[in-house]
Amino acid sequence: MTSASLDALRKGNRLALSRILSQVENRTDAGQAALEELFLETGSAHKIGITGPPGSGKSTLVNALARELRRREPEQKVAIIAVDPSSPFTGGALLGDRVRMLDLQDDKQIFIRSMASRGALGGLAEQTEALSQVFDAAGYGFILIETVGAGQSEVDVVNLAHTTIVVDTPGTGDDIQSIKAGILEIADILVVNKADRPGADQSVTYLRNMVEMGYARSINNGKHHLEDFRENSEHETASAHWVPPILKTVACEFKGIQELTEVILNHAAYLRESGQWHAKDQASIRANIRRQLIASLLKDFNQNVPADLVNSLVEEVQKRGISPNEAVRVLLTYNRNNSLESSE
Amino acid sequence: MTEKKIRVLIAKPGLDGHDRGAKVVARAMRDDGMEVIYTGLRQTPEMIAEAALQEDVDVVGLSILSGAHNALVPQVIADLRANGQTDVVLFLGGIIPEDDIQTLLDQGVYKIYGPGTDTREVCKDIREAVKSKA
Repeated sequence: MTSASLDALRKGNRLALSRILSQVENRTDAGQAALEELFLETGSAHKIGITGPPGSGKSTLVNALARELRRREPEQKVAIIAVDPSSPFTGGALLGDRVRMLDLQDDKQIFIRSMASRGALGGLAEQTEALSQVFDAAGYGFILIETVGAGQSEVDVVNLAHTTIVVDTPGTGDDIQSIKAGILEIADILVVNKADRPGADQSVTYLRNMVEMGYARSINNGKHHLEDFRENSEHETASAHWVPPILKTVACEFKGIQELTEVILNHAAYLRESGQWHAKDQASIRANIRRQLIASLLKDFNQNVPADLVNSLVEEVQKRGISPNEAVRVLLTYNRNNSLESSE
Repeated sequence: MTEKKIRVLIAKPGLDGHDRGAKVVARAMRDDGMEVIYTGLRQTPEMIAEAALQEDVDVVGLSILSGAHNALVPQVIADLRANGQTDVVLFLGGIIPEDDIQTLLDQGVYKIYGPGTDTREVCKDIREAVKSKA
C-alpha cells in the first residue's frame, strides 16, 4: 500500500478506498500498515448497528435509513457494511444484502460493502471494526453496520456501534423466544418492522413491557420509582437514562423511517451530552487492544514453544497422566523461561 | 494466513427476468469456496460497474438471456474500465448465438458458458483466470 493510495482515499477516490478495504479485510501487511496510519484520523463517524433475526428486514431497513440520512444530512456520506455468513464447510459465502439496496446505487455518496463472516460467530466478521475505521477515516459520517441474521447471542455489534438497533417482526411465533435476553439488552432502539402485518401492536406491547421491567429495576436501585421513569419517558432528552424507544416500520414502503432516523440522531445527541459517546469509544478501544493483545501473545507463544512439547503434553493428558490444567502450567513456564532467555 | 478469497459479482443486466441460471452459478461458486455477491435482476451496466467497484471483486459474471448482449456487454466493459477496474475477469452465461461469441471474446470477455455447462468447469476456469492475474 503506497502513501499515494492513502492520499487518494483521503481525497475521496472510491477505487482506492475499495482496494484498501480489501487489503484490510484480508489482513495483508499493507492493509495493517494502512490501518495503523488511518486509525489516527478516525473518531468522527456515527456508527449504527442493525441486528435481528434472519428475514426481519434488516437490509431493507438499512436501504431506507441510508436514503433518509442522506436526505436529512446531505453533506454527510453514508457507508454500509453488510455482513452475511460464510459456509462452515467450504468457506464460501453468498452475499445477498445488496439485492435490497438497489436504489442506493445512483448516489455516489453512499458506499455499500458486503462482508463474509469468515468463521466469526458474534454476528460480525473479525475485520468489520477495521473496515468501519477505514470508512471513518475516509470521511463517512454515518456507518451502518448490518449483522448476519442474529439469534440470541450474536451481540458483538454492541461493542462496535454507538447506536444499536434491534429489528424484529410481528408474528414470529413466540416473541419471548426470538428476542428475550442478550439481544434485547443491547438495543438502544427497538424496531418492529413489517408492521403492516397482523400482531404488530402486540409485539410492541410485549417489547414495551420487557423494556419497562428492566428499567423499573435499575431505576429502583437508583432510588427512583417506576412512576418517575414513566414521566421522564415523555421527555426523553431530559432523562438521565436512555429508555430504548420502540418504533413500528414498514421499510419497503418507507413507513416510519423518518421517525426512526429522528430517534437515531437524538440518540447520538444523548450520547454526546451524557458523556456516553466518550465511554463507548473507550470501551471499544479497550476491547480492540485486548483482542490484538491476545492474538499477539498467542503468536509469541507459538514461536517460543515447540509444537513437539505441545504434542507430548497432549499425549500425556490423554493417558490421564496429568490434567489439562497442569499441561497449561508447563507450557506457560516453558514460554516464560524461553522468552526471558531470548530477551537477555 | 488463509488463502485470499476470490470475490465474484453475479449480476443480470437488462430486462429479462430469468435468474435461475445466475443463482445456480452463484451457488456453485459459493460451494467452491468463493465469496459471491449477488445483485439481482434488471441491472444497468452502470449499476453493475458501481457494485463491482464498491465490492472490489476479482470476477464479474453476467447472465443474459434477452439477446441484448451485444449492447450490454461492451457497456459493462467500458464502465468497468472507466472506473479503473481493468483487471477484472468478466465471464458470460446464458443464450449467446455462436456468431456473436468471437466478437465478445475479442472485446475482453474471458469465457462464455451456454446451457448445460458443468458448474465445476466454470469454477475451475475462474480460479485459473484469477490466479494468472495475481
